[in-house]
Amino acid sequence: MNEASPLAQGAPPLVEVKNLGKTFDVSAPWLNRVVERKTRQYVHAVDDVNFTIERGTTLALVGESGCGKSTVARLLVGLYQPTRGRVFFDGEDTAATLRSRSARALRRRMQMIFQDPYASLNPRWSVADIVGEPINEHGLVETGGGSAVRASTRRRKAKVVELLQSVGLDGADVEKFPHQFSGGQRQRISIARALATEPEFLVCDEPTSALDVSVQAQVLNIMKDLQRVRGLTYLFISHNLAVVRHVSDEVGVMYLGRLVERARKNKLFTTPRHPYTRMLLDAIPDIHMSGRARTPVRGEVPNPLNPPAGCSFHPRCPHANQRCESERPALLARDGCVVACHAVEEGRI
Amino acid sequence: MTQPLLDVRNLTVEFPTRTGTLVALSDVSFDIHQGEILGVVGESGAGKSLTGSAIIGLLEPPGRIAAGEIRFDGRRIDNLPYDDMRKVRGRQIGAIFQDPLTSLDPLYTIGEQLIETIQTHLPVGAGDARARAIRLLQETGISAAEQRLEQYPHQFSGGMRQRVVIALALAGEPRLIVADEPTTALDVSIQAQIISLLRRLCKEHGAAVMLVTHDMGVIAETCDRVAVMYAGRIVEIGPVGSVIHSPAHPYTTGLMGSIPAMEEDRERLLQIDGAMPRLTAIPPGCAFNPRCPRVFDRCREERPELLDAGRTRAACWLHASSLEQAA
Repeated sequence: MNEASPLAQGAPPLVEVKNLGKTFDVSAPWLNRVVERKTRQYVHAVDDVNFTIERGTTLALVGESGCGKSTVARLLVGLYQPTRGRVFFDGEDTAATLRSRSARALRRRMQMIFQDPYASLNPRWSVADIVGEPINEHGLVETGGGSAVRASTRRRKAKVVELLQSVGLDGADVEKFPHQFSGGQRQRISIARALATEPEFLVCDEPTSALDVSVQAQVLNIMKDLQRVRGLTYLFISHNLAVVRHVSDEVGVMYLGRLVERARKNKLFTTPRHPYTRMLLDAIPDIHMSGRARTPVRGEVPNPLNPPAGCSFHPRCPHANQRCESERPALLARDGCVVACHAVEEGRI
Repeated sequence: MTQPLLDVRNLTVEFPTRTGTLVALSDVSFDIHQGEILGVVGESGAGKSLTGSAIIGLLEPPGRIAAGEIRFDGRRIDNLPYDDMRKVRGRQIGAIFQDPLTSLDPLYTIGEQLIETIQTHLPVGAGDARARAIRLLQETGISAAEQRLEQYPHQFSGGMRQRVVIALALAGEPRLIVADEPTTALDVSIQAQIISLLRRLCKEHGAAVMLVTHDMGVIAETCDRVAVMYAGRIVEIGPVGSVIHSPAHPYTTGLMGSIPAMEEDRERLLQIDGAMPRLTAIPPGCAFNPRCPRVFDRCREERPELLDAGRTRAACWLHASSLEQAA
């Protein structure tokens, strides 16, 4: 349908993000601004982010708290309006589509899984209602009058049971309520709900961060199986690099609202280029006790209200020089990855 | 062998409820020697934090110690009156909790809190206490310590607050520190800083540490020995290298296999099916038996004690058979 669009050459990526930016106004209330002579304050939560996700692959975004990874997730599914830049889904501009009549059709094709399975399920709804709601909402089982109503209710229930079984839950669980499930089971219900509309693209915002490791393994395995069987495309947000390494094909590293490095998984983990990526990899506790020497990490993430000039990582960077303090590095492609770093560009590291 | 600094024997903690008594900790025994770091690891609800609270005498009512004893330096501390326990807590046993914001009083400056703690436990004057507070902050890597003393907790970042909490725990010069998930609320880069800080300071001050965490990586980096808990019991305890590289209990094996590793690529993670039983429905025999891949009849009937299993001790009948065959 979008063959005419310039993006649809060959096999276009399913998701394309161009110069995406989101600014939040965090100014004090008007009276305070007037009385205390404060100016308006903005946080650039996401700034000039570009990436594409190919069909059937997983892009992982990693970074520490406050780096804007969740904001990117919310921008992609349309929970936030981008301040700048655009998101294309299958060649369509999502912001424009979500305002048009075909919004519902687009929403059906992308779904989101949230971090906290205790907060993302309505405690007063049964599992049948939770997982069945998207089916109703998008009219995914035919409805009719009279006896057809009962038939469609039956079909919907059958569909919910099938979805629950696909995430490893019991079909008899449909009558239960969220409080009767453990954290891992709740997260599977969230996945079943997301799958109810048969989406192509799932945005997973820290889906296993609230879970114990043995349960995390169950959920990650299910997500990988589903990707293989259904050809799903994932945007996977996490702060856990080991998890990211396990699930992703490509990894983007974010720092203070910007992508600082993006590369294929193996490339990023074997030869990280950006000093921040190196620092993150270095900070992971070494479970196998290989006695690898670790460079201690310096400093903390600066306040996003008042980010440093130039490269925002320069105050913590061991390779920073004067250029890093004044000039913001652009993302440059080199040897199959893109890096925003003057030191890498100049060949200093 | 010298006397252990902390000796926990057959500790059982119960919660009486309207529908019956829940046994949250059952028959937990371990010891910590002078200057040693013992890791306690397990999934949520395994009872690891509860063990820590029982040791520092901060069990939330109606929780109570139903059996067993806790000895600190040879002296029983589990049955001390409240006021006597207060003197032990802070002076002999320090505590670090997960969330640094709730461990600090938002209405007092960092200096007031540190100086108050120092003067409560040590017989020093105000001037000396202040000097000590500054030194403690410097030791924990807080720059401009003197100015920082006048600031309130909200003016500190998460990592800095946790440094202050560590300084507070060290203020009374305790010989044991119970650290309950000290890095869980922090980002990875900060976590690495705090872990190395904790390890260095405890070495310098000669304090032993009981480090409660769910993160095996943190355990591997920090601890000398590790105790693995499951459903209120210790299922395996031993030197950290042995437990990680050659676990003797099937639960430990599963736990290690389910952690995504940085060094190797696996299509699927090893997974332990099911979830830890609730306290109301702990199965008879070994609590792990419904999830265990190597379960046999005896596991469903009899509860295993900690048995020698190579270099570690594991509560698993698999090791009893080898023992009996040998005998």
